Amino acid sequence: MAMDIVRRALDSDIFYSFRRSPVVVVAALVTVVFFAGAIFAPWIAPQNPFDLRQLNLMDASLPPVWLPDGMPEYPLGTDTQGRDVLSTILFGSRVSLLVGFLSVVFAMVLGVGLGLVAGYMGGTVDAIIMRIADVQLSFPAILIALLIDGVARIVIPREMHHEIALYVLILAIGFSGWVQYARTVRGSCLVEKSKEYVQAARVIGRHPAAIMFQHVLPNVMGPVLVIATIHLALAIITEATLSFLGVGVPPTEPSLGTLIRIGNNFLFSGEWWITVFPGAALVIMVLAVNLLGDWLRDALNPKLR
Amino acid sequence: MIAFVIRRLLQAVLVMLAVGFVGFSLFAYVGDPVSIMLGQDYTQEARQRLIQDLGLDQPFFIQYARFIAGAAQGEFGISYRLARPVAELLLERLPATLELSLCAAVLALAAGVPLGVYCGLNRDGWLARLLLSVSLIGVSLPTFLIGILLILFFSVILGWLPSFGRGDVVQLGGWSTGFLTPTGLRALILPSITLALFQLTLIMRLVRSEMLEVLRTDYIKFARARGLRNRAINFGHALKNTLVPVITITGLQLGGIIAFAIVTETVFQWPGMGFLFIQSVQAADVPVMAAYLMLIAFFFVLINLVVDLLYYLVDPRLRIDKGAAGGHGGH
Repeated sequence: MAMDIVRRALDSDIFYSFRRSPVVVVAALVTVVFFAGAIFAPWIAPQNPFDLRQLNLMDASLPPVWLPDGMPEYPLGTDTQGRDVLSTILFGSRVSLLVGFLSVVFAMVLGVGLGLVAGYMGGTVDAIIMRIADVQLSFPAILIALLIDGVARIVIPREMHHEIALYVLILAIGFSGWVQYARTVRGSCLVEKSKEYVQAARVIGRHPAAIMFQHVLPNVMGPVLVIATIHLALAIITEATLSFLGVGVPPTEPSLGTLIRIGNNFLFSGEWWITVFPGAALVIMVLAVNLLGDWLRDALNPKLR
Repeated sequence: MIAFVIRRLLQAVLVMLAVGFVGFSLFAYVGDPVSIMLGQDYTQEARQRLIQDLGLDQPFFIQYARFIAGAAQGEFGISYRLARPVAELLLERLPATLELSLCAAVLALAAGVPLGVYCGLNRDGWLARLLLSVSLIGVSLPTFLIGILLILFFSVILGWLPSFGRGDVVQLGGWSTGFLTPTGLRALILPSITLALFQLTLIMRLVRSEMLEVLRTDYIKFARARGLRNRAINFGHALKNTLVPVITITGLQLGGIIAFAIVTETVFQWPGMGFLFIQSVQAADVPVMAAYLMLIAFFFVLINLVVDLLYYLVDPRLRIDKGAAGGHGGH
């Protein structure tokens, strides 16, 4: 059974188009490396940058290994507190990817759910949901995320804020991105609704919710996956931007954006590596995910075959 | 036509009322303005009087109506952090943000359209391919990182351009401009590029794909058959027809520029509204947050409205197809 699925996947058009474009293969590899690095960071990082016992102030502000004064233990140098930059990047991507991934899941669940309901129910429900979507779409996502995050900061007591800041951020970024999903799913849902299998399901008296989620949903998921991939890149950028602005993840759990923010303070004293390497990691990660998303969009689009 | 304009205007007013509602809820329910304004020591009477003065004992809808009426006249209360009227604070910083946004928009258009036309005409040329690949990297590069890299190269390493602030400004009847002094102009360069780069790549890709589309149409083939010069075909016929969507998207991106100015202003410590907003978010300064939100929403609604009306005027097809107005993509 499992072998069968693997064989079918290897024979599919999608895998063929994947194999044919070296750029996409590299992008996929980079993405996998980042995911693996993020997941296994506590085990593979040379140092735990948040364990104060492992830090040595004598080793602070060391440049990367290829510059004079660089030490082989710290391949990308250290920051002003003696933290290994490579390790902070590994731990930072962990936070960045976690926030990005969870906010995409949240936006997807919310957007797909509302899109299905709007498309299937029609009428007033549809009108209300889509008007809200229209209004939200006319504001940039970053502004909405910033606002939600800002309000949450004020509403939530300061002591609690550090603990739940991460979840607030995930909700804020997720909420700022649901519209794309809702619009797409609603569109496909309107097409699917008039098809025979839906009519048949209705005739045999299935519950509307069951029809929506068990019959229509699987048939509208293709484009959703494409949006989700591109949205992941955007969510990672949004998180990094918010953290850079100082309203994102708490400084005790720095993401790549936080690292860039911290490093930015040392730009003028010549320690460029504290900023540039986390920045490069962020760009490479986002670029790889973007390339994957672009490819997926073309590969799943039957018109382009 | 008139029905369409009225419907759009009503929609705009509704959106503003909804945003006003959010702003008001922030103002009235987030944090405790009374205890913040009273400070540590106060009597119960002083507290009661302040509640009455602020109108906080009134029913919800009366408070909301007052808030909207005040906002319409530019009354947004007093900043908790700076203890000055919010409207004054925002007005002071408005010129900085608008000048920066204007420069960025002009730069994005002035570079994006020609580059897009070039890539559309020479779609298989190496330079066009290179530009297209670079533009993909541009999309993956967050705004704040562009700013940091520019600062690193042009301020830290080369020492050519200032890395923060507006330089010297000249007061022109309440409007502080950086356009008239050499330091003000130099200070504009890096932030404008930072802010423009994302929109530039977007406009370039859009113009390119529109050009490719238009060049395939029959009237272009006919123009070639008539023996018109390439120049006349490319610029007189093709480019002209690509400009409708470009105008729309650019108009909508103007809002994006103002929003992303928050990031750029923070990187360059540019004394504009966005920087003020971020400082207010960090300090939980609710009146400033609410006022900024409403001002930005007003800009957005205005831009959307103008773009929709322009679109309607420029594209005769829309006048027949009722449902297509509204709902343009954005970020």
